Amino acid sequence: MTTQPLLDASGVAKNYGAVAALRNASLSVLPGEVHALMGANGAGKSTLVKILTGAVKPSAGRVLIRGETRAIHSPAEARRAGLVPVYQEPSLIPDLDVAANLRLTDTPLEPFMNWVRELGVPDLDIRDTARDIPLAVQRILDLARALAVEPDVVLLDEMTAALPANLAERVLDVVRRQSQTGRSVIFISHRFVEISALCDRATVLRDGATVGVVDIAPGVEEQIVELMLGAKIEKQRASVRKSDAVEAASAGTTRLAVRNLRVGTKLNDVSFELRNGEVAGLIALEGQGQDELFGALSGSVRPSGGTIEVDGQTLQFSHPKDAIGHGIAYVPGDRSEALLMQRSVRENIALPFSARFGRWGPINMRQEQARVVSAIQRLQIDTRAQREVQRLSGGNQQKVTIARWIAADARTILCFDPTRGIDVGTKQEIYKLLRELAGQGKSVLFYTSELEEVQLVCDRAIVIFGGRVVDVLPVEIADEAALTRAAYGLPRGAQQDVGILADVSHGSVSAL
Amino acid sequence: MTRFLRRQGWVAGLFVLFVALLIVTKLIQPGYGTGDFGSLVRAVLPYAFAVAAQTVVVIAGGIDLSVAAMMAVTSVTAAAMMNGASEEYALLVVPFVLLMGLALGALNGILIIVTRVPDIVVTLATLFVLQGVALLILEAPGGAAAEWLKATIVGTIPIPGSPEGIAAWVPKALVLLIVCLCIVWIPLRRSKLGLSIYAIGSSELAAFRSGVPVARTKIVAYALAGLFSAMGGLSLTMSTGIGAPIPGPYLLASVAAVVLGGVVLGGGKGGLLGPIVAVFVLRLVRTDLTLLAVDPNVTSIIEGAIMVVVVMFGAFIAMRGRQS
Repeated sequence: MTTQPLLDASGVAKNYGAVAALRNASLSVLPGEVHALMGANGAGKSTLVKILTGAVKPSAGRVLIRGETRAIHSPAEARRAGLVPVYQEPSLIPDLDVAANLRLTDTPLEPFMNWVRELGVPDLDIRDTARDIPLAVQRILDLARALAVEPDVVLLDEMTAALPANLAERVLDVVRRQSQTGRSVIFISHRFVEISALCDRATVLRDGATVGVVDIAPGVEEQIVELMLGAKIEKQRASVRKSDAVEAASAGTTRLAVRNLRVGTKLNDVSFELRNGEVAGLIALEGQGQDELFGALSGSVRPSGGTIEVDGQTLQFSHPKDAIGHGIAYVPGDRSEALLMQRSVRENIALPFSARFGRWGPINMRQEQARVVSAIQRLQIDTRAQREVQRLSGGNQQKVTIARWIAADARTILCFDPTRGIDVGTKQEIYKLLRELAGQGKSVLFYTSELEEVQLVCDRAIVIFGGRVVDVLPVEIADEAALTRAAYGLPRGAQQDVGILADVSHGSVSAL
Repeated sequence: MTRFLRRQGWVAGLFVLFVALLIVTKLIQPGYGTGDFGSLVRAVLPYAFAVAAQTVVVIAGGIDLSVAAMMAVTSVTAAAMMNGASEEYALLVVPFVLLMGLALGALNGILIIVTRVPDIVVTLATLFVLQGVALLILEAPGGAAAEWLKATIVGTIPIPGSPEGIAAWVPKALVLLIVCLCIVWIPLRRSKLGLSIYAIGSSELAAFRSGVPVARTKIVAYALAGLFSAMGGLSLTMSTGIGAPIPGPYLLASVAAVVLGGVVLGGGKGGLLGPIVAVFVLRLVRTDLTLLAVDPNVTSIIEGAIMVVVVMFGAFIAMRGRQS
């Protein structure tokens, strides 16, 4: 006997211009099941969620709810159709109090308060303005608001990510009971522990298409990882870095030492060292604390605990200029964050070292020109459109963001996903440049979301999961499969006998 | 009580400031009486409507630069239509002009939504367009207003059962202002539409995800601004008896009062009462400075200084409150 699915989406596709964010995704959720939606970064999870909840219109495909075709054009329509999402970021209106937020979505108060108590927040005053409520509680309120309208399907996007352990446990408990009443939950999470403890089935996305639906059973983690990686696992190992070169790099002295660093709720306890002459790769799924780590190292975010040592000296950065003053430069992933888009290549490259002196005196133009020209030549920046940086290609813009720190003679460069969205040729040049910098005794911390880059550029890979360092892989074994397993908090090398409830936070931590 | 003070503290403070200023006025000019207060309210009337218009849009997270120009257009339209017409004809003119304001405001909103040009640019453009339109309707100040319309803002309203002395301090213009604002604002505040206006000003994304039709709500906010502007335009015609095609100083005054009234320029915060009290404060300051025979140029310097000081003071209090 087959039961009719509550929600059945098939052939869903979404194109943004020429780019296909989703090619052929399907998702079928049965009544009373907790269904995991999984996929690596950029596999199309968030696009599928947006389509199901009416935030984005699909280019193709159909969505059946209880066997009927329903076109969902807005979040309000999704809500009426019985599909209520809880997004990753809180969606309470910050300037309205809780009561007004409930009125806005026609949420009945009584069941809402019951759920709030059930979820472990006993002392909520509904006249509090949402902005003044702690972030974790706001997420709980989001969930309570969703449950209060008794939806057929609740969609939880990384629900437990920002929650302290006691609240997270309550949430999981409520989700489990939700499924016992015949309602369904779509559960998006990077944590295998939660998925194996909670979910009945999982749909795996890869490159915008559904590649498999699996039943959750002990040992299924490996199968899911394989599905997420797909053919990549078989791919030719491109020029893996020679191990003797790696040894040379590991001989350098310690440049930057991070000990027990904590930032807010995202970065919990991170320790590692960065040596002179090495490129250390940093691998993490989205939102595991890497943004906070880079923020703290570059002086734009104040850590809530732990220390940062530069050349053996403990330092506290209160402003990016402090970090820059110690030769630590940050190259953000979003180029518009780093560049003055309307200004020339010269001004952009000269900005850090000309502004560094902290006074507004005249600029030594000749000296500036010489340094800029040498940096441009070194990076082979195409300067035909140099009067406005915004007219350069993405790759050349990225080169400018790195060139400025070479001109400023920074000793440590923190690169946050520098190769995202740029062409292959420029990527190669950036790899080469980072290696050259390491060869000159400089140090590079290189976060990347493209795992194959690790073996091309790095000397080792530091893996962060849930705000902690879970593994440090030597480059020889840091292939995509190993990195993916590590990034999901699965222990290294123990492929068969992973218990379904492997304790991620303690079981697989390996020190440096 | 503390919650009330936290929420309404700003308005209460402004109100205290206003009363203090009234006392100061009485000290400067012992003869200041009911008649003077009546003319103050009449002078404030168009400003108050301009402020109401700006407030709605700012709460929704936008800004409307065409407020004063829209007042000019609606004012000359009303004056031109009533010129030589019968008294009863004015009964048709008033709703027509109000609808016209509503439509012009909605047009602003639709242009912002459809063209995706920033609100500040769109409303600047409509400012110029409406300035031209006003001059096409009336080349020079002129036209007329129905007598009964002019009479609605002159004199006081006898309140049954209250002593003569109190009623004398309730000019008809004040009652008209309160009635007009309440008719629009109170139902709005109590409806989901009003909540939605606050919601899109506070966070457009969160509002969208909460199921608020963001585009429609924004258009409604601009339409309401148009409606309030039309009321302002009508009040101009009522107090002067004619229509003037050149916009008055209402745009900048409206932004000033909105800020002073505790509405955050980014949207989502504040109410209508604060800006209205603020505009009374600003006008009374001007009156006082005139009574003190201060150079008019110095007057505007002082007005600017007061604004900066008051808003800074408010931010300081808010910061202290958050720390404790």
